[in-house]
Amino acid sequence: MAKVKETAQVISQERLAEGVYSMWIHSPAIASQAVPGQFISLYCQDGSRLLPRPISLCEIDQEGGRLRIVYRIAGKGTEEFSAYAAGSPVEILGPLGNGFPLEEAEGKRVFLIGGGIGIPPMLETAKALKGEKTMVLGYRDSQMFLKEEFEAVGQVFAATEDGSFGTKGNVLDAIREQGLKGDVIFACGPTPMLRALKAWAAEENMECWLSLEERMACGIGACLACVCQSKDVDSHSHVHNKRICKEGPVFRAEEVEL
Amino acid sequence: MINMKVNLAGVELKNPVMEASGTFGSGAEYGEFVDLNRLGAVVTKGVANVPWPGNPTPRIAETCGGMLNAIGLQNPGIDVFARRDIPFLKQYDTKIVVNVCGKTTEDYLEVVARLGDEPVDLLEINISCPNVKEGGIAFGQDPKAVEAITKACKAHAKQPVIMKLSPNVTDITVMAKAAEAGGADAISLINTLTGMKIDVNRRTFALANKTGGLSGPAIKPVAVRMVYQVANAVKVPIIGMGGIQNSEDALEFILAGATAVAVGTANFNNPYATVEVVDGIQTYMEKNGIQDIQELVGAVK
Repeated sequence: MAKVKETAQVISQERLAEGVYSMWIHSPAIASQAVPGQFISLYCQDGSRLLPRPISLCEIDQEGGRLRIVYRIAGKGTEEFSAYAAGSPVEILGPLGNGFPLEEAEGKRVFLIGGGIGIPPMLETAKALKGEKTMVLGYRDSQMFLKEEFEAVGQVFAATEDGSFGTKGNVLDAIREQGLKGDVIFACGPTPMLRALKAWAAEENMECWLSLEERMACGIGACLACVCQSKDVDSHSHVHNKRICKEGPVFRAEEVEL
Repeated sequence: MINMKVNLAGVELKNPVMEASGTFGSGAEYGEFVDLNRLGAVVTKGVANVPWPGNPTPRIAETCGGMLNAIGLQNPGIDVFARRDIPFLKQYDTKIVVNVCGKTTEDYLEVVARLGDEPVDLLEINISCPNVKEGGIAFGQDPKAVEAITKACKAHAKQPVIMKLSPNVTDITVMAKAAEAGGADAISLINTLTGMKIDVNRRTFALANKTGGLSGPAIKPVAVRMVYQVANAVKVPIIGMGGIQNSEDALEFILAGATAVAVGTANFNNPYATVEVVDGIQTYMEKNGIQDIQELVGAVK
């Protein structure tokens, strides 16, 4: 497996919700290697923006050689991406990082939990995962992007912060309200959500895997910008700093301090 | 046949292009994209006597045409470095420059002495990191301190010593002269410029460290000016850096007086940047009938 940097082509671009966009990219070289939970880096065309933006893979179509990203406009870079039309070139690097350990979940009841813009990587994970799965999605409001696509894969429980749909509150509120049970958690979302899930998994003695996020520069493990605090000494710097881009973004919950 | 070889403090580099410390690890990650054999030298990330954990995150922030970093010199310490990174780099036909950092003079000297037994070609002493509370830039903003640390490193070093200078000073030539007086074999400049970014939505600093080092094309004119000034103030060779993204940028530094150049932040934007600079300099020399790169060094007076 080798990372690929290439000028790929945008296949389609669609607005899913306020500030949330879905882009399909033609990239057989990356699609053929990518696994759920990995990410790609997108480079801006505007030369004043130097750093690539790491964005998780929402869907991987190996046969069609296509990648899908669903992302929120968080600044000028993602705003630029949202303006790319079908046929536009897009500079990308990937696949990067490590995916969710699907083999760990075999024969177990799996929670797939996404919060906010942490929801997209859970879609490909849900599609790739065989066996019993419960999907719990946390949104701000009733603009529930990707929800129908998750419903095509299995049963979905939703929480909204404003209470406009499903459980009012967060994903853990939904899980408690519905009395949901499982053996393994795969999750991606804001740090407070991940912290709560880690604590809950420890209480319930569940296996828990979390996908983390941090600002990145290189995306390949060289610059040491995107570290997280790890319980064990890391293999790179022999301190307690694992690189999210390289050792992550998916970590076993006990492995990281949140 | 054009000649791109340069002599840096008695060490012959196959070409003048290296990468800037801290942007390239020890080469393993970027080795997936570029052939390290094609670089004049690989400059490692700063190495201290013991592992350093670095600063809290967020450690970086993008700015217009640049970026701020406050990594804080996270590194595994000299033991792991000597066991793992030096053997890795020895597989390649390139020169090895080890960047040395420390909190105290003794820290620096411990690493310098330890590297004397290792197959490395040059030492680059980092007295200009703006992101650590002790050491780093504290040694680089006072000419007496610059001269003293240079002298101390020279007394313990078996390899030629490059002093890496900070641009966060009133007059860079004073620091360069102090390094030369201390016996420096070469000077590299510039390290990053101290900067700050505020996130207006969160009403907080963009970096956990509050301040960080500004790098990237935004600082290039400052860097070229300082290289030019230093080239006219000292006799030792200069490694020029600060915002080099392509061969044209690199040539500016060479024409201003740099014997060699380092590509830093550009690696993040383009992992092939280093070899593209090598190729671009060669093309420029061919087009312009330059036989020896030495003809270009400091050619703009």
